[in-house]
Amino acid sequence: MFSYHLNKKAFWIAALATLLLLALVFIGSRNLQNFDAALIAYLFGTVFATFGIVYRYAVWLQRPPTWLYFKRTWQILFSGRFLPYLWLFLRKSVRNIGFQYFIRPRGGRRWWGHFLLATGCMLAFAVTIPLTLGWIHFTMNPATSMDPAVSKLYEAHLFGFKVFEFRLGSIIASLVFNVLSWSSWLVIIGVGLFIYRRFTNGGLIATQSFEGDWLPLVLLVAIAVTGLGLSYDYAFLGGTTYEFMAVTHAVTVIVFLVWIPFGKFFHIIQRPAQIGVYLYHTEGNRKGMAVCPHTGKEFTSQQHVDDLKALTHELGIDFTINGQRSHLDYSPEGKRSMLAQAHLKARQESGRYFG
Amino acid sequence: METANYYKTDMEFFIDMQRCIGCQACVVACAECETNGHESMIHVNYVDRAHTIQTTVQVCMHCEDPVCARVCPADAISKDEFGVVHTANTARCIGCSNCVMACPFGVPFKQEQYDLMMKCNLCYDRTSAGKKPMCATVCPSGALYYGTREEMRRMRPQSSPVNHFLFGREEVTTKVNVMMPADATVLRVYE
Repeated sequence: MFSYHLNKKAFWIAALATLLLLALVFIGSRNLQNFDAALIAYLFGTVFATFGIVYRYAVWLQRPPTWLYFKRTWQILFSGRFLPYLWLFLRKSVRNIGFQYFIRPRGGRRWWGHFLLATGCMLAFAVTIPLTLGWIHFTMNPATSMDPAVSKLYEAHLFGFKVFEFRLGSIIASLVFNVLSWSSWLVIIGVGLFIYRRFTNGGLIATQSFEGDWLPLVLLVAIAVTGLGLSYDYAFLGGTTYEFMAVTHAVTVIVFLVWIPFGKFFHIIQRPAQIGVYLYHTEGNRKGMAVCPHTGKEFTSQQHVDDLKALTHELGIDFTINGQRSHLDYSPEGKRSMLAQAHLKARQESGRYFG
Repeated sequence: METANYYKTDMEFFIDMQRCIGCQACVVACAECETNGHESMIHVNYVDRAHTIQTTVQVCMHCEDPVCARVCPADAISKDEFGVVHTANTARCIGCSNCVMACPFGVPFKQEQYDLMMKCNLCYDRTSAGKKPMCATVCPSGALYYGTREEMRRMRPQSSPVNHFLFGREEVTTKVNVMMPADATVLRVYE
């Protein structure tokens, strides 16, 4: 039977984050003056997603291994070597979060698929989230709009402040107005590459599940296609399917938002932890390496071994040997050799090597 | 996972490290596994090359309560309804190597080029379709065997399958068995 215990700490952190977001909606939209009421359903989806994401993130951080890396990341970043680690942090963030380049060695087409999909999503987030929260809005420049002889200027406002303007009909205008269409195409191509992989890769076929692997792709393509439908319906069909497109788009986007904390999309929130791991291992290697008592070779940082001893102890796992050494002092190869030697010894003592 | 319907629950994995002759056939065969992305995930190494030619072979033991999953900060490792502990979820794994260093059997690989942990997942593309893992089909010396308990009893009447291990003070129970002397119930790694 389904049972769930509310994590109070996570609940209050999530509630606080949600209230903060609502306050920023009021402030950013100048008391809802610039809020677009047509986006109210998206706002509810975003608010719920914020609560869910922060709640799950806070629960996740409370797991001892996660907390270890979270804590160590900030300790190391703000240690005496702040500047080199900040540079590493930024470099890895651009490379591995912005471009997801760590996927490239896993396969060229796989990286292209993910890069296009993620770039499309990030572009769309960058535009739609501030729009939904009422943080950005557009107006016509009053002076140019009154004069039929001059080309019209369009103004973009952030938090109620004018940040830039562009001429209607210009290249910039075309890029700004069509950014969501372009991002939809990026998502569609990316999803297409992943669907191809999932139809042809035997390993994926054996291990994939509908909920974990196909539903995210179906959802993303539904969002992208209906989003494109909103624009192309006006451009080519005279708005005849607008209602269908608008409702389907809203439903799919809201399902996407609400599902982020529960499903595969939560990896978007988890991924930055990888940057902390780079800092952790760089600092650990600098401090000194652990040497395996069996192989006599360095295998990981001493900091990693010591942290794992503390972590396993906290988790109720006890690898200590005779109260002094630990099985964790051995490298993976050393551990396998210890097992093999113990097996040999048991066989020798029984008087039979085989049987 | 439709193919999971064909998983044979009466089949088990049996390892006998003393039978390993270090031929590396399993290493080559393992790379045929599609769920590994054609990367070999089995370990064959000399135990103490300066003093003996003894080799050992190690597949994932698929622990009942996997230490690798417990120390994973990213919830990337999961166990399915058949007790198979799957390799890291590629979307979640952050490449920290906690699992690599904490696994008592020394099984997971950190694939530095992929920034990803990978490990044996019992050839899930094959076992979920009712077939045997690649390594067990090619092992010439019987160090790796996949079959029923009854088959193993007939083949090795003087041995018992053991799936309890003591690493220091930690007892680990696994899905995969190690063939031990007939009366053994546990393999103590350190006395």
